[in-house]
Amino acid sequence: MSSVNSEIVGSEANKVRQVVVDILTEVAPDEDISCLKNEVALRDQMDLDSMDFLDIVMELKKRHSIVVPQEDYPRLESLNSCVEYLSPKFLN
Amino acid sequence: MNISHQNSSTNQEEHFDSIVIGAGMSGLAAAIRLAMAGQSVTVLEQHSIAGGLNSYYRRGKRKLDVGLHAMTNFMEQGQKGKPLGKILKQLRLRYGQLKLSPQKSSLIHFPNQKLCFSNQIEKLQADIAQTFPDQKENFEQLLEFVDHFNETDLNHQFIPASQHLSQIITDPLLLNMLMTPLLLYGSANQDEMDLAQFVIMFKSIYLEGFMRPEGGVRTIIQLLLDRLDSLGVKIRYRTKVQAILKSEEHVTGVLLQSEDVILANKIYSSIGSLESEQLADLPLRSRPGALSFVETIFHFEQRPSDSGADQTIIFYNDRPKFQYHCPATLFDPSSAVVCFPNNFEQDDGPEGVIRITFIANYQLWSKLSKNDYLNAKEQVKMAALATIKQVAPNFSATPIFTDTFTPMTIERYTGHIGGAVYGSPDKWRDGTTELAGLFLTGTDQGFLGIVGSLLSGISIANLHGISRD
Repeated sequence: MSSVNSEIVGSEANKVRQVVVDILTEVAPDEDISCLKNEVALRDQMDLDSMDFLDIVMELKKRHSIVVPQEDYPRLESLNSCVEYLSPKFLN
Repeated sequence: MNISHQNSSTNQEEHFDSIVIGAGMSGLAAAIRLAMAGQSVTVLEQHSIAGGLNSYYRRGKRKLDVGLHAMTNFMEQGQKGKPLGKILKQLRLRYGQLKLSPQKSSLIHFPNQKLCFSNQIEKLQADIAQTFPDQKENFEQLLEFVDHFNETDLNHQFIPASQHLSQIITDPLLLNMLMTPLLLYGSANQDEMDLAQFVIMFKSIYLEGFMRPEGGVRTIIQLLLDRLDSLGVKIRYRTKVQAILKSEEHVTGVLLQSEDVILANKIYSSIGSLESEQLADLPLRSRPGALSFVETIFHFEQRPSDSGADQTIIFYNDRPKFQYHCPATLFDPSSAVVCFPNNFEQDDGPEGVIRITFIANYQLWSKLSKNDYLNAKEQVKMAALATIKQVAPNFSATPIFTDTFTPMTIERYTGHIGGAVYGSPDKWRDGTTELAGLFLTGTDQGFLGIVGSLLSGISIANLHGISRD
């Protein structure tokens, strides 16, 4: 039972991960997104600054009507933290 | 400003979230950002062509660029944390679309000393070590100072650069030489420069360097226009603003010269601070700029590099000390910027080209009769040819095409009061004005050059136009 459950959670997590990856592809078209590590800060793997995080938030709102208040920006630090933070918002 | 009933009933009244005044680099960039955030935006441009201070025109079969001779802030594809990379991402453009070509090398040409620099700082470092051996370590100290300076702080106050830097670079000649290209390429202050502006320019010229997009400035403008088009934003050309309208203490829209009114909650003005203050009937808090230029563009059948002139840009000065101020004569041929657009790594020009720019006195030009004006342009051309003899003595080709523009030309096409290319000496870094809802972007916000203007439009749109919650 629990393995089925974690698989569902896993595929949901993968979907959210893909949403973030798609947005990163649009926000930073010159970067190679294919080998991003889930646990490493996005800033350490890509050329992103605060203006680009504003864009990530903008795209989340535009594409998925998800609102990320400014105090939550740090939660978008890595792909893992994005998935953890955004997944509940997709379920709502 | 009162709008009569007759006007408001017979003319259209449209409404937008934001109006951008001026389709120069900063206005276009701001409009792109605002539209990306989902706002309704319209761009108003008095001229029939976009680009503002960095634009282009055509004479017969020839395509000409006006404005900066080169783009600054060169970066290789994939370099991190560079201004060019930031603007490309923010505008969703790709590095490859600009088809950039770096400079070969440039020269600071003084009577008894010369300094060569390229997009590799080591070249300038080596040249300084050789020409000014006792300043070698001081220059390294300067590099460190520049590296640690936070020049993009929008709350920064004016600090005179030369005073501050004379404590690091103790040879006044070297400091004067180093400042010459930076003053010529971006100081609205006479003989002085704001320290933050110095750092911005130092990085963009000496640490990053010069480049040229294939096809010149058209390539960038076209990319920006295509972006705007894809976002559904319309630019209204030949559309001059008569007044910025307000109620109480907030903008409400603009009154066009056609008497049409366009309403908006926010207005981003790239036309200059004084120019905007006049349109909005505000107290004039910005001083007019005193620095204008004349430029002559020569086309030749031969390429200058065929005769050994292979520098990209020469910053020429024949006085012991470079003077960066409004001259007492129509123009000052004792210093010049000489640009060889063929001398970037890729030369896509069909002809040899030299552009020569002198500092000029707007007031004197504005008083000339038609005939004297034409004669004065001829004087500029002769002085420019004499300067070519100085900097490229072996290049003796006869021009097949010549065009000269003056402070009057600059004022007519860009709307900058006094033809002040770098705007007012007063900069408003955070883009705010005395009127709520009216924001400054571009030259008088304080980021200059093509990359600087784009960054200005992006930063101000992000700061004041795009909600963070």
